[in-house]
Amino acid sequence: MNIHAVKAIYKFEMLRAWKTLFQSLASPVISTALYFVVFGSAIGSRIENIEGVSYGLFIVPGLTMLSVLTQSVANASFGIFFPKFTGSIYEVLSAPISSFEILIGYVGAAATKSLLIGLIILLTASFFVDLRIAHPVWMIAFLVLTCLSFSLFGFIIGLWAGNFEKLQVIPLLVITPLVFLGGSFYSVSMLPPFWQTVTLFNPVLYLVSGFRWSFFEVSDVSVGISLTMIVVFLVTCLGIVSWMFRTGYRLKQ
Amino acid sequence: MQSIVSIKNLSKTYESGHQALHSVNLDIQSGEILALLGPNGAGKTTLISIICGIVSPTNGTVKVDGFDIISDYRKSRELIGLVPQELTLGAFDTVWNTINFSRGLFGKPKDHAYLEQLLKDLSLWDKKSNELRTLSGGMKRRVLIAKALSHEPRILFLDEPTAGVDVELRKDMWAIVEKLRQSGVTIILTTHYIEEAEEIADRVGVISDGKLLLVEDKHDLMQKLGKKQLIIELKEPVSELPESLASYDLELSKEGNLLTYTYDTKGEGTGITALLQAINDADSLALKDLQTTQSSLEEIFVNLVHSEDDV
Repeated sequence: MNIHAVKAIYKFEMLRAWKTLFQSLASPVISTALYFVVFGSAIGSRIENIEGVSYGLFIVPGLTMLSVLTQSVANASFGIFFPKFTGSIYEVLSAPISSFEILIGYVGAAATKSLLIGLIILLTASFFVDLRIAHPVWMIAFLVLTCLSFSLFGFIIGLWAGNFEKLQVIPLLVITPLVFLGGSFYSVSMLPPFWQTVTLFNPVLYLVSGFRWSFFEVSDVSVGISLTMIVVFLVTCLGIVSWMFRTGYRLKQ
Repeated sequence: MQSIVSIKNLSKTYESGHQALHSVNLDIQSGEILALLGPNGAGKTTLISIICGIVSPTNGTVKVDGFDIISDYRKSRELIGLVPQELTLGAFDTVWNTINFSRGLFGKPKDHAYLEQLLKDLSLWDKKSNELRTLSGGMKRRVLIAKALSHEPRILFLDEPTAGVDVELRKDMWAIVEKLRQSGVTIILTTHYIEEAEEIADRVGVISDGKLLLVEDKHDLMQKLGKKQLIIELKEPVSELPESLASYDLELSKEGNLLTYTYDTKGEGTGITALLQAINDADSLALKDLQTTQSSLEEIFVNLVHSEDDV
C-alpha cells in the first residue's frame, strides 16, 4: 500500500478544512443553537414528551444526523469534484496509487471532518439539554458508519457531477428532503399510517432511528434493521465507486 | 543506449469513435531528450496521457523500464513525472503544500532539503508561501515542473511546456531541461514549436493524424531530409542562362543576378564543382559571391506532414 499517498491526500483535504476552520466550526454550532432555540424552546415547550423523552432532547440525534449527512456529502463531493474541475486530478490519476487508496484518502478525510462536526454538535447540544447517551459505543459506531457511507455517497456525486449545478442538485433536492422526512424531528409513529409506510422507503429513517436508540433506547424501527440498512447502503456505495473506478467513469477516457 | 520506454502497437479510439493513435511503435532511450512534433490534434497528448496512466489504451502495450503500465502501474508510474499542457493547479494551496502533496502522492517520504533546492532551482523559493491563484502564468508553469520533479522521477514528460510563455521564460525552460538531462533524466517533450525541438532535442519524432511518421536523430534527420541550396550572386545580371547550364537544377531570380542551385545532401556528389566550372567556362557569367542555406526542421516537418496528407 502507498501509505505516503494516502496520507498526502488525507492531510491535503484536512488542511482545506483547517483553512476554513471558523466556518467549519461556527456554522454547525450556530445552526444547532438556532434549532434548539426554535424547535427546542419555542415550539418544543408546547409539544408533549415523545416516548418519555422531552422534545428538546428527542431532536438531538436527528439534528446531529442532519448536519453529519449534509456535511459528509458536501465535503466528499467537493473534495473530488474540485480537482476534476481545475484539471489537477491528472496528478492523482498518474500517481502510483490504487483506486482503494484514493478512496481512503478522500473519503477518510471527509468522514473525519463530518465526525468531528457531529461531535461538536453533540457538545453544543449538551449546553441546551441534559444529554444522556445510553449506549456510547453504539452511538459512535452509528455515527462513524453514517459518516463513512454518506462520504462515499458524496464521493460518487463528486465523480458524477460535471458542473457546480449538478454538485448541488443531489444534496438540495434529495438529501435535505430525505433528512427532514426521515424522522429527524419527530417519531414516525406520529404520522398517518400511509405516510408511515412511505417513510419506510427512506434510508435516512434507519440512520436516525438507530442513532436515536443509542441515546434513549427508543426507535422507530429495530436496531438490527437500522444497522443492516446502513451496511447495505455502505456496500452499495462501495460497489458503485468500484464500478466507477474500474470503468474510469468521468475520470479516464 | 538502453530503452527506458517501449511502446508497441499502441492504438487509442475514444468513445466518440475518433481514433487518436494508430498502432504507434516507439522506443525512448534512457537519458535522451525526445521531441514529439506534430500539429494540434495529432495525438501527442493522447500518447503521453496513456503512458502516464491518465488515458486507457485501446490496444497495444507500453513498458516503462520494463514495467507494464497496466499490470505494474505502481512501479512504472513511480519513475514518471508529468508537466501537463494546461495550467491545471488548485487555487488556494500554497506552493510549498502543493509540492509536498505531489511528493507524497508518488510514495516518497518528506524531504525538506530536496524540495527547498528544487524550488530554488526553479526560482520559486521566495514564492513558497504564496497561494497558487496569486502566481503569474509563468510562475504557475514553474510550479507544475516543480510538482512533476518533486518525487525525483527518471523520466519527465513535458506536454507543450512553452506554449503561451514569453521568450525569456522559454529560454529558462530550455536551461532547466538541459540541466535535468545532465542529471540523467530522460525527457520527452511535445511541441509544435520547431525551434524548440531544433534547440534542445536529441531525437525528433513526428506525429500526424495519430501516426508516428518517423523518429530520427535530429542531425541525421536534417541531413537526410534537408535540402541545401547554393546561392550564386553574379557580377552582371543576365536575362537567360547559357545552354551549358541547362542540365543543372538552377533558378534565376527576377532581377537576373542570383542563381539558386538546389542539391540533395544525401547524394554522393553535390555537383557543385562541376556547376562552378560550367559557370566559369560560360563567357556571359561572372561570379560575385556564394552562400549556402540549409532547410530548417520546420520546412522538413511541413514537407513530411503535407506529403502524408497527400498520401
